[in-house]
Amino acid sequence: MARILSLAQAVAENVKDGDTVAMEGFTHLIPYAAGHEVIRQGRKDLFLVRMTPDILYDQLIGVGAARGMKFSWGGNPGVGSLHRFRDAVENQWPRPLEIEEHSHAAMANAYEAGATNLPFAMLRGYIGADLPKVNANIKSVTCPFTGEVLAAVPAIRPDVTIIHAQRADRKGNVLLEGIVGVQKEAVLAATRSIVTVEEIVDELNPPSPNSVVLPTWAVTAVVHVPGGAFPSYAHGYYPRSNAFYIAWDEIARDRETFTAWIKENVLDAKPEDFARHAAKSAKAA
Amino acid sequence: MTDFTPTEMMTIAASRELSNDDVCFVGIGAPSAACNVARLTHAPDITLIYESGTVGTKPDVLPLSIGDGELCDTALFTVSVPEMFRYWLQGGRITTGFLGGAQIDRFANLNTTVVGPYDHPKVRLPGGGGAPEIASNCGRIFITMALSKRGFVEKLPFITSMGHGEGGDHRERLGMKTQGPTRVITDLCILEPDAETKELTVVSIHHGVTRDEIVENCGWAIKFADTIIETPVPTETELSVLRDINARTKKAHQGTDKDKEAA
Repeated sequence: MARILSLAQAVAENVKDGDTVAMEGFTHLIPYAAGHEVIRQGRKDLFLVRMTPDILYDQLIGVGAARGMKFSWGGNPGVGSLHRFRDAVENQWPRPLEIEEHSHAAMANAYEAGATNLPFAMLRGYIGADLPKVNANIKSVTCPFTGEVLAAVPAIRPDVTIIHAQRADRKGNVLLEGIVGVQKEAVLAATRSIVTVEEIVDELNPPSPNSVVLPTWAVTAVVHVPGGAFPSYAHGYYPRSNAFYIAWDEIARDRETFTAWIKENVLDAKPEDFARHAAKSAKAA
Repeated sequence: MTDFTPTEMMTIAASRELSNDDVCFVGIGAPSAACNVARLTHAPDITLIYESGTVGTKPDVLPLSIGDGELCDTALFTVSVPEMFRYWLQGGRITTGFLGGAQIDRFANLNTTVVGPYDHPKVRLPGGGGAPEIASNCGRIFITMALSKRGFVEKLPFITSMGHGEGGDHRERLGMKTQGPTRVITDLCILEPDAETKELTVVSIHHGVTRDEIVENCGWAIKFADTIIETPVPTETELSVLRDINARTKKAHQGTDKDKEAA
C-alpha cells in the first residue's frame, strides 16, 4: 500500500545516492517539485533516466547530482539547447556525464519491457542510423519465425520512478489523464515509486473507465504537492508556462546565473512555493 | 503581389505538399507551422499526430513543445507514448512524417545529434527523439529546413535518421519498404531525390531566387533537374492564415509577464 508522506520524507526514504532514477512526464505532469527536493537533499551519483530530459534534468545535471543519463531527446522544446546538459557533455562541468542515448521508440519500448518483467525490448528501429555505433546497449535479435533482424535494447528497471499526477484518494490510488506519456510503464518498471499529486480526494471519480489509474498497492509513496509540475502543466489545473521555458534559456546559459537561480528557487525554497507559481501560470493563461 | 519573406515562402510551400488524405506525424518547429497552415487552408480533414500521443489535433496556436495542453484539448484521442510508437508508427498507420533537422546531406540523411566527434562533441544537439523510427516507418518523409552551408553539408558528422543512406537502393537493401524522403522544402527552392541515384536535386525555385544563390548556400555541388518550375508565390489566404497563427502563437507563448522567479 502507498503511504501518504511529506515530500521530504518520501524522497529521504526512497531516493538513495547512486540510484537509477526515472522522473517521467512527456511535456505534461513533469515532477519538478520532487526533483527540487532531490536537489535540496543533496543526492549524488544518480543515474538519471528520462525520454526528454527537459529543464528538470538540466537542473539536476547543473548542480552535479548525476553521474549519468539515459535519454532520447535532450533539448528545451521549441526553444533550443539545454545549456547545463551541453556544458556537462562538452566541458565536463560540473562533472563528467556518462550518456546512454536512444530513440523515443526504443525508450518507450524499454520502459514497457520493464513493466512487463521482460529482460529486453525489441523494435523495428535504428535502421541506417548511427546510434548503434556509439551505444553498446543497442543490439539486435533475429526473429525465430521470419528471420527478420530487429533492434534490441535492455529493459529499463529504475530503483525509483518519480511522477506527478492529478489526483490520489486517501488510500493512495492515483489517477492521471491527458497526455499520459510513459508514466504508467515507468512506475510499474521500478522497484519503488513516488507520486506527487495536485489533490488528495475522498473519491477519484474517474471521468472515464479508461483513465489511467495506478492502484495504491503498485505505488510506494504519495505526496500532496499542488502546483508540483510547474512550469510544465497539470491538465485541468494549470497550463504549461511556455514563458518560463523561454526564460530558462537565459538563466541556464551561464554558470553563475544558473547557480544563483538554483540557490534562490530550489535550495532556499519549499515545496509549498509551487502552488503559488502554478496559480500565477493559471492566471496568465 | 504581396511581399513575403523566404521563411513564409518555405512554410507555405511545405504546407502545399499535404492533403486531406494524409495522416501526418508532425515534427516540432517549421514542420508544425506548415502542417497547421495546410489544415487551416486546403486540407481541413488532414490528421495531425504529435509524438506525445495526440491524434487528430486541431490547435488554435502552434505548440511550443510537442505536448502542450492545446494539442490534447483539441485531439480526437490521446494515447500513451508506447502505444504511439508501437501501434500507430511501427504498425504502419502513418502515411507521412514531417521532419526538420540541424544538418542534411545530399541523400537526405539528417543529423540532430552532434557536431564533431560523438565522444567529444564540439556542439551537443538535442538528439533524435522520434526521428530515427519516423524516418523508417512512415510511408514517406517531407523535410523542411532553410538552405545554408552550415545546414546542407557534404558529409554529416552523425546520421541521426536515415534518408536514402548512400543513395540508390540503399533503403531496400536494409529491408525498408517505405519511400523515405520524397521532398525537401527550403526557403529558396524545393528538392526531390533523383529517381535512380536518390541525390537531392532542385526541381522548383522560389520567386526572385537565382540559381547562384542556391549554389552559394549549399555545402555540396547541388544538382538541378532538367525541367525546373518556379514555385507559385503565396496566395493572400495562405499568407494571412500563416501570419494569424504566428501572431496568436507569439502572444500565447510569451504569456502576460516574463515570470522568471519560479520553477
